[in-house]
Amino acid sequence: MAEQKTVTFVIERQDGPDQKPYTQEFDVPYNPALNVVAALMEIQKNPVTRDGKRVAPVVWECNCLEKVCGACMMVINGKAQQACCALVAQLKQPVHLAPARTFPVIRDLLIDRTVMFESLKRIHGWINVDGSWKVHEAPRQNPYTAQTAYEISHCMTCGCCLEACPNVGPQSDFIGPAPVVQAYLFNINPMGKYDEPTRLNALMEKGGITSCGNSQNCVQACPKNIKLTTYLAQLNRDVNMQALKNIFNN
Amino acid sequence: MAKATAKNRIAVVGGGISGLMATLKICEAGGEVDLFSYCPPKRSHSLCAQGGMNACMDTKGEGDTTYIHFDDTVYGGDFLADQVAVKGMCEAAPGIVEMFDRMGVPFTRTAEGVLDLRNFGGQKKKRTVFAGSTTGQQLLYALDEQVRKWETKGQVHTYIFWEFIKIIKNKQGVCRGMVAQNMNSMEIKAFREDAVILATGGPGQIFGLCTASTICNGSAVGAVYAQGAHIGNPEFIQIHPTAIPGTDKNRLMSEACRGEGGRIWVYKNGQPWYFLEEKYPDYGNLVPRDIASREIFDVCVNQGLGVDGENKVYLDLSHIPADYLERKLGGILEMYSEFMGQDPRKVPMTIYPSVHYSMGGIWVDREHNTNIPGLMASGECDYQYHGANRLGANSLLSAAYSGTIVGPVAMKWATRCNKLREMEGWLARKSKGESLMAAQEKAIAQPSDSDLRLYEESLKEARSIHMVMQPKIESDGTEKPPVIDQNNLYALRMEMGDELTDEELEAARQECVNEFENILQMNGEENAHELHQELGRLMNKYVTIERVNKDLDFCFGEVKKILARWNNIGVTDRGHWANQEAMFVRQLRNMILYALVITKAARMRDESRGAHFKREFPNRDDEHFMKITVADYDPKTEEPVITYEDFDHSLIKPRARTYGSK
Repeated sequence: MAEQKTVTFVIERQDGPDQKPYTQEFDVPYNPALNVVAALMEIQKNPVTRDGKRVAPVVWECNCLEKVCGACMMVINGKAQQACCALVAQLKQPVHLAPARTFPVIRDLLIDRTVMFESLKRIHGWINVDGSWKVHEAPRQNPYTAQTAYEISHCMTCGCCLEACPNVGPQSDFIGPAPVVQAYLFNINPMGKYDEPTRLNALMEKGGITSCGNSQNCVQACPKNIKLTTYLAQLNRDVNMQALKNIFNN
Repeated sequence: MAKATAKNRIAVVGGGISGLMATLKICEAGGEVDLFSYCPPKRSHSLCAQGGMNACMDTKGEGDTTYIHFDDTVYGGDFLADQVAVKGMCEAAPGIVEMFDRMGVPFTRTAEGVLDLRNFGGQKKKRTVFAGSTTGQQLLYALDEQVRKWETKGQVHTYIFWEFIKIIKNKQGVCRGMVAQNMNSMEIKAFREDAVILATGGPGQIFGLCTASTICNGSAVGAVYAQGAHIGNPEFIQIHPTAIPGTDKNRLMSEACRGEGGRIWVYKNGQPWYFLEEKYPDYGNLVPRDIASREIFDVCVNQGLGVDGENKVYLDLSHIPADYLERKLGGILEMYSEFMGQDPRKVPMTIYPSVHYSMGGIWVDREHNTNIPGLMASGECDYQYHGANRLGANSLLSAAYSGTIVGPVAMKWATRCNKLREMEGWLARKSKGESLMAAQEKAIAQPSDSDLRLYEESLKEARSIHMVMQPKIESDGTEKPPVIDQNNLYALRMEMGDELTDEELEAARQECVNEFENILQMNGEENAHELHQELGRLMNKYVTIERVNKDLDFCFGEVKKILARWNNIGVTDRGHWANQEAMFVRQLRNMILYALVITKAARMRDESRGAHFKREFPNRDDEHFMKITVADYDPKTEEPVITYEDFDHSLIKPRARTYGSK
């Protein structure tokens, strides 16, 4: 078999939020280690389509290229994933790239994920410390619980799980698996526990955990292998308990 | 007259660990922050720090002390760091760890539930706290969460996806504002600020291939350098010994691999040769990064013993139990498998040194003030703490620590700005009130048309002016006239100078708009990204592990040519919406200016010290070069002017830095 020289990318582009999408095709020099971000960088250097038209380079977001920052999430051959670790050698060709349309598209593959960060405010996604100054010694923690916290704390707010979730979208106000599960992270912290009722009550509201349809797509989409459905189930129990407490305490 | 704002306003540029730490400190002191960032803070480059953060916790029964941490850091930095500053950092470290712990960072813990510690390069004691192999990510997230809390309280105003363009100085040369651009709408806006803190990270992208994120381009540093900010020790660029070479980036393989027992070797005469362990029996694989990188370079380039004849060596973890590896290093081993298609639990990894960190950066004093009043810098973009070589796991520490220093310093400065604003405002109103009253009296005595008009006007204002001129009535009924201490007023005027006028703000904005519009019109032959790649190749080839004067001269000339070629760039995207290409063109120019600084400073330092190595001058020359390099921009030549400055090294007497080599 002849060695592959180029790889074709079919890219869904869009000039602005209210513009019509269109596709363009690009040929990029192939190498076995090529990933999707590296390919997009090649297009930047020579933004010429397959039919020889010089165009504006494709716009997308990326930072770390190590699958920790979460920036370069896009839909590659129909699946939401990080572009930096999508190795072309493992992808069906031509490679189709599209923006994750669960989020508003800014331009080309660049999307607006502000809503995810706003949701973190809603679930009180922080430990309510008195201050950054010296207050007291930090509490000891069960090393096993800490390991669970470490797992959940890998969530890089990339949005794969929101893109994969059938309940996130215009038809529902579900804030999505990632922000919901973050509530669990803070609830299992010895000091974060104090605000557990606040978080659980926030999850009871519209768009909270009751909007989860248990499709289990999220856990398969998570690039960090966070056991999202396990923690969603746990939170579901916790929210129900809190609801009962609310009834009896009132 | 500029409108007086009621509250202090401080701009923090950069949402990494240092910027967020500074933001927290300012909010806690009651200030307000305009937080500018290229990306949501959660995506800042701090999250690429893997191995951990140094702090003398001494929970391993090894008798570790902050003094040993201090000594290791100074020795590791080859005696080029301000020792008083370093001492302060090492002493503060355990407290910073405790703070992060309280904020919920999921540190890896021992069976007893306390923080685990691991070994790291250049230190014989276990001193590195860590969260698996993603410590930076976890520390960054904790600060991001705390800052989000302050955002909900209205004290943090985020400008996410805004790019810093430049600072604005008043007539007296004091930084009183900045210009930034929205990366989507392309809107360019001038901001009036009491102080500007740059926490914009390192300049790795100047070298093209490096372990840094694509956003670590050093552009902001280049911009303020061209506006007169000095750069300190720019030639000290850390080459990390263990990275996975790539075509888009070199991915870091943490020093923690060696901290947890990883061994470096190559085949020599058919047998594994553990060259670091052999030459440095005391430290073994955990010699500091500059030494490990040079040895690997020597084995591959000079001795030709690299794996498969290529420039790479083995980093071997395969002798360590898989479950231990999973718990301590899981994240990065998964990354290696993902990108290289091999399981490092079973076969040795192949790695090679890569540009990783800049010890140099914007010159600051111990309080992180730059030489431009009102402009501060912290984190990797400053030059403090690491001297000629940074110890692994000291970067997260210096990022966080410098944030705790610069935040309160900026707040103090801003409070003084506010005080001056208050006094000037009152004096201005008082003098206006007095002239209106004089006009009233004149109008009553000798009514004329113009005086009558003035009289009517003054009636409108009289009441409010009158109020101002009366002593303030406090809520408890006591009278408290505003204190105008003439000495203090004079001192503050000398220090801060004038408030920026609306005209000055608009002029600064317009200048940036014109510059950007000019970029959109660029119609030359060069592609900005190609040019960047050329710059990176040059810098990587000539200004990294081994430096040669003749080559540095050549490199400097070539980079100057690239600077000239920048004018011949052609852009394909001329639009005013999310135009990444045009923004990159602007960044690239700053990067080229910074590259000239690094190259020139390397050329001038005729000695070998830490990460800076010249075979022509293989020894450290304390007599001539135990000095801070200071680079100042010369607008005429667009080149740096290099001078040297003494610094405080009074606490630990310089000694030969051998790491017990045989």
